[in-house]
Amino acid sequence: MNKTVNPNELTSDDDNGPLYVAQKKVYPQSISGTFRRIKWGLMAFCLGVYYFLPFVRWNRGLGAPSQAVLIDLPNSRFYFFFIELWPQEVYYFTGLLIVAAVALFLMNSIGGRIWCGYLCPQTVWTDLFYAVERLVEGDRRERMRKDKSSDPMKLERISEIVLKHSIWLLIAWWTGGAWVLYFNDAPTLVKELVTFQAPMIAYIWIAILTATTYLLAGFMREQVCTYMCPWPRIQAALTDEWALNVTYRYDRGEKRTSVKKAAELRALGEQVGDCVDCYQCVAVCPTGIDIRNGPQLECIQCGLCIDACDNVMTKIGRPKRLIGYDNDINIQRRQEGKAPVYRIVRARTVAYSAIIAAVGGIMIYTLATRSLLDVNVLHDRNPVAVRLSDGSIRNAYTVRLLNKSGYDRVVAIDANGPANLTTHVVGIDSVTPDRPMIVIPRDSTSELRLLVTAPAESNPEKSIPVRFHVTDIGLGEVATATDNFVAP
Amino acid sequence: MTDHHSDIDSVTGKSTTGHEWDGIKELNTPLPRWWVISFYLTIVWAIGYWIVYPAWPLISSNTTGLFGYSSRADVAVELANLEKIRGDKMAVLGAASLADIEKDPALLALARAKGKTVFGDNCAPCHGSGGAGAKGFPNLNDDDWLWGGTLDQIMQTIQFGARSGHAKAHEGQMLAFGKDGVLKGDEIVTVANYVRSLSGLSTRKGFDAAKGEKIFAENCVACHGDGGKGNPEMGAPNLTDKIWLYGSDEASLIETISLGRAGVMPAWEGRLDPATIKAMAVYVHSLGGGK
Ligand code: SF4
Ligand code: SF4
Repeated sequence: MNKTVNPNELTSDDDNGPLYVAQKKVYPQSISGTFRRIKWGLMAFCLGVYYFLPFVRWNRGLGAPSQAVLIDLPNSRFYFFFIELWPQEVYYFTGLLIVAAVALFLMNSIGGRIWCGYLCPQTVWTDLFYAVERLVEGDRRERMRKDKSSDPMKLERISEIVLKHSIWLLIAWWTGGAWVLYFNDAPTLVKELVTFQAPMIAYIWIAILTATTYLLAGFMREQVCTYMCPWPRIQAALTDEWALNVTYRYDRGEKRTSVKKAAELRALGEQVGDCVDCYQCVAVCPTGIDIRNGPQLECIQCGLCIDACDNVMTKIGRPKRLIGYDNDINIQRRQEGKAPVYRIVRARTVAYSAIIAAVGGIMIYTLATRSLLDVNVLHDRNPVAVRLSDGSIRNAYTVRLLNKSGYDRVVAIDANGPANLTTHVVGIDSVTPDRPMIVIPRDSTSELRLLVTAPAESNPEKSIPVRFHVTDIGLGEVATATDNFVAP
Repeated sequence: MTDHHSDIDSVTGKSTTGHEWDGIKELNTPLPRWWVISFYLTIVWAIGYWIVYPAWPLISSNTTGLFGYSSRADVAVELANLEKIRGDKMAVLGAASLADIEKDPALLALARAKGKTVFGDNCAPCHGSGGAGAKGFPNLNDDDWLWGGTLDQIMQTIQFGARSGHAKAHEGQMLAFGKDGVLKGDEIVTVANYVRSLSGLSTRKGFDAAKGEKIFAENCVACHGDGGKGNPEMGAPNLTDKIWLYGSDEASLIETISLGRAGVMPAWEGRLDPATIKAMAVYVHSLGGGK
């Protein structure tokens, strides 16, 4: 059994450092291993979705956009494959935001900052930019040497820098370009963009996103995660002792010695740690920290140091995962000679999953039962009620009819209440008395002024509820709304 | 905090600013340079802004800036542009006849929208923002019209007004039968009750209907017509319906008969352009009472 290590001795002394330190350039080394492979895979997937999704077509019939994912701002419509949302249905986005937030919590309670390490756009693009940098300028050592060398710039070096920035800008520009494609028919817009026919706003957005991508992924990098992003701080408050985080198993690693010394000491039967102080974990870290100092705000938990250390452990013939996904409980348990326990089903993961399931379920249910005919009624306030010359009482309503389907509809409106009400739509001569018929063109809204009259004899009370029925004459689909009929 | 010489803090080993409050010293932790630079840049920017844009108030005006820019002028330009865009549509409206507008849903919607805003600006002070009216100011939502409720009649009333002084204005008024000594007190009470009976309202105990009818026939029929059905030519209201401009209770009626009434509706011709007046007529007609 290893000797107990006090974790406090491991934390570095920069806890008293300033709130902000000038950026020191990080030169992450290339690495290969399990987590690196996962990262490459996710990067390809995320970027693939982002860059090519606008080109996916979806047949919605004549006259409707055939783009699978489209945010149609001029017409206030949002299309997502078979889903079409109207502005009054933005609450779906509220649901989506809740699901997204809770999913983030869930990820966090299971495996720490999985989002940060693998999926966050900042991580994905920074990783891509690093890959370009490595390709053009070489790996860590080479880049450090080149940056340090005081030689006057050689043509070779200059062309390298120019090449790197050109590729960066190209990626950044493509990123901005893909962004605007979500707001317009992609093939058309691409054509317009290259012939300079596209609206100014498209070029402006491309410029903005090109600039932000270039700056954030090329220059700010880990600074964004450390100083600009609120999530690390929120995450720190949400995490618990069961969440798996990239952890240096100090119980196994300490005391650090060189390979040779370790071998000698082991031969003598002495207890030594597995860490050989090779600094590989630090060299590969994209945020430039030493994971052996314990959990740190800067660590995005990308797992690259796990790969680095695993390679070292394999080489020196020690068991892998000196750095691995683990939690403090298990380090404690191992030190006490107990077997580690991993628990994914816990009160909080169950609660988060339940919330996601509930909100998701509600969203799917409302989407599935979403009506394509809708009516909103607004009672006129001024005047609330009018007495007509024969003594009857009339109320006026502004009625908004929504036809979300792809075909024109003929609908009839009637108002049902205790009193004997008659209905009239201003500007429309009813064929059937008391049941005016209106045509609503497909995929549009019609606003009408509806007059409801109660005869003098009916003597309605101060306020009686009325129910408006909007019936599709052809399909029989009915939309209803309730309001009040008020007597003066 | 009188002591201003800086020294080194023994706990952190950092220099302090020399400021001390009750034994608590302030560490010298400067802001990051980029932050300070941006701060100074904003100051420089603000000074430039002061000079380039109109900013400084003078006694009766303000500095005009370097390029003569002003947000007020911007608004004027934008309004002019808007008018230009709307001009075409309003021209169509101006050219169409009232009947055409009623028949064309697009024109009708345009006229109603335009009419609604103009109504709010010009008519709401008297008729209320929704045309609900008030005592002495007709409710435009009901089906009772002093000067007629067809589109043309409404348009005419808006154009020329009533007793507005315009040459083509509606004229005619309710005489002051009491003040002018035409009717005596008890006669006024009697005819007031008679008028109430015309629209089915209760009458005073012991009221002589025959006498009331006689007084009405001699004095009122000329304007209000046989049976008190009213006459839109003279703006004489229908006395048999349930709508009363000045109130239907006995006291109000006595006041009306004694002192007379002559409400004024201003003429809008000349103040608003013809297309706008047309739009307003269509809007008022569509409020629900139009005939
Ligand atoms: S310490 Fe390890 S997991 Fe954390 S950011 Fe660095 S390489 Fe990634
Ligand atoms: S890579 Fe592993 S062995 Fe090398 S310094 Fe880091 S923890 Fe120690």
